[in-house]
Amino acid sequence: MSANVVILDYGSGNLRSAQRALERAGAEVTVTADPNAALEADGLVVPGVGAFEACATGLREVGGPRLIGKRLAGGAPVLGICVGMQVLFERGIEHGVTSEGCGEWPGTVERLKADIIPHMGWNTVDVPEGSRLFAGTATDERFYFVHSYAALRWELEPASPRMAPPLVTWATHGTPFVAAVENGPLCATQFHPEKSGDAGARVLANWVAMVEAR
Amino acid sequence: MTVAIRVIPCLDVDAGRVVKGVNFANLRDAGDPVELAGSYDTGGADELTFLDVTASSSDRETTYEVVRRTAEQVFIPLTVGGGVRTTDDVDRLLRAGADKVGVNTAAIARPELIREIADRFGSQVLVLSADARRVPAGNEPTPSGFEVTTHGGRRGTGIDAVEWATRAAELGAGEILLNSMDADGTKTGFDLEMIRSVRSVTKVPLIASGGAGAVEHFHPAIEAGADAVLAASVFHFGAFTIHDVKADLKAHGHPIR
Repeated sequence: MSANVVILDYGSGNLRSAQRALERAGAEVTVTADPNAALEADGLVVPGVGAFEACATGLREVGGPRLIGKRLAGGAPVLGICVGMQVLFERGIEHGVTSEGCGEWPGTVERLKADIIPHMGWNTVDVPEGSRLFAGTATDERFYFVHSYAALRWELEPASPRMAPPLVTWATHGTPFVAAVENGPLCATQFHPEKSGDAGARVLANWVAMVEAR
Repeated sequence: MTVAIRVIPCLDVDAGRVVKGVNFANLRDAGDPVELAGSYDTGGADELTFLDVTASSSDRETTYEVVRRTAEQVFIPLTVGGGVRTTDDVDRLLRAGADKVGVNTAAIARPELIREIADRFGSQVLVLSADARRVPAGNEPTPSGFEVTTHGGRRGTGIDAVEWATRAAELGAGEILLNSMDADGTKTGFDLEMIRSVRSVTKVPLIASGGAGAVEHFHPAIEAGADAVLAASVFHFGAFTIHDVKADLKAHGHPIR
């Protein structure tokens, strides 16, 4: 049976491409802000474009942080995309103003340190051993990024040596930044898999397979 | 690794149909922008740009429909420009499925539009499109020697093109599409001096446009400072392919997808 995926519609982003790309990956997709649907879905996608502050505010208005927290507590998969990934961190700093995120991960989303910003276009990623999200992608595969901010450090320490450590995928624009995370039921990509052609389709199919396998 | 040089084909769309003709084999309907977008995706395009040249606002709905159908079938970034005058126009295009929106004349008339769009949707959606030329002899010179034009390059504004690019980036443009009206249509290569001038002052990505006529025209634009190259007719008429361009860029040491 195909996985039922909800894309959380909190007023941010081009959801049409994400919907179609996930459908192509084999999921049954609903775009909604309904908390019950978001809670009960096999998989939840948190999209996001634009400013951290605007996305974090929009997400709070639909009860997003609590929803995400409840899902994760029950081991239910969540995928954050672009700013939908950034708001999973504790905080974001834009134009000197600090905004609160969901706090699922410690750390700060801050401005990239590069000559040319936004980081716009197709870049390679450095995938750790054992990644399920990137299974089957070539090592020199490129994904589509468009962002000016990112997590430049990964600060989560494993709570216990018995717990599987999070898998962090890095990319570089000026300096290294977090390009993707696989942390139990919580996955996220700074790039746009729904805009990354066949490579992105593979990542989404891998995520949908993880949702189905649960 | 560094971000790849983007190669971007541009389609002129009028009331939902591709204009200026496209000469592709194996297309059921060479006038359908959605089908063309799909074939460019398959052909290695890194992004797509639609320039909406629809004159009548009553035909605009067809543009949104084309954007909708494209976004549902093509999974690479899509920029739509032409006739964007308000933040509501931007909202409509983004909701239809555009990833980025090109703004040109309306921003010259009212630069605050750039800030309004960036504040509401983020800089990353906003491509400032500038049709620039060398100031013709006899006209009031600008500091850089380049000026912004309107009306498809026929009318000079006296606004310095380099200063305009700087200002647009400060106001929140996430990217600049620099179209040389002198080079446009000549097929003799990009205006490298213009690219260098704008690159020297702007820190946002720069797309070079206008003048591409041969595969070997693209790498000098990158060496002059462009992050991406855009072309239309050379791709549409099959003079060479996007893969040909990328192979040449790669041979000159530039990263490609």
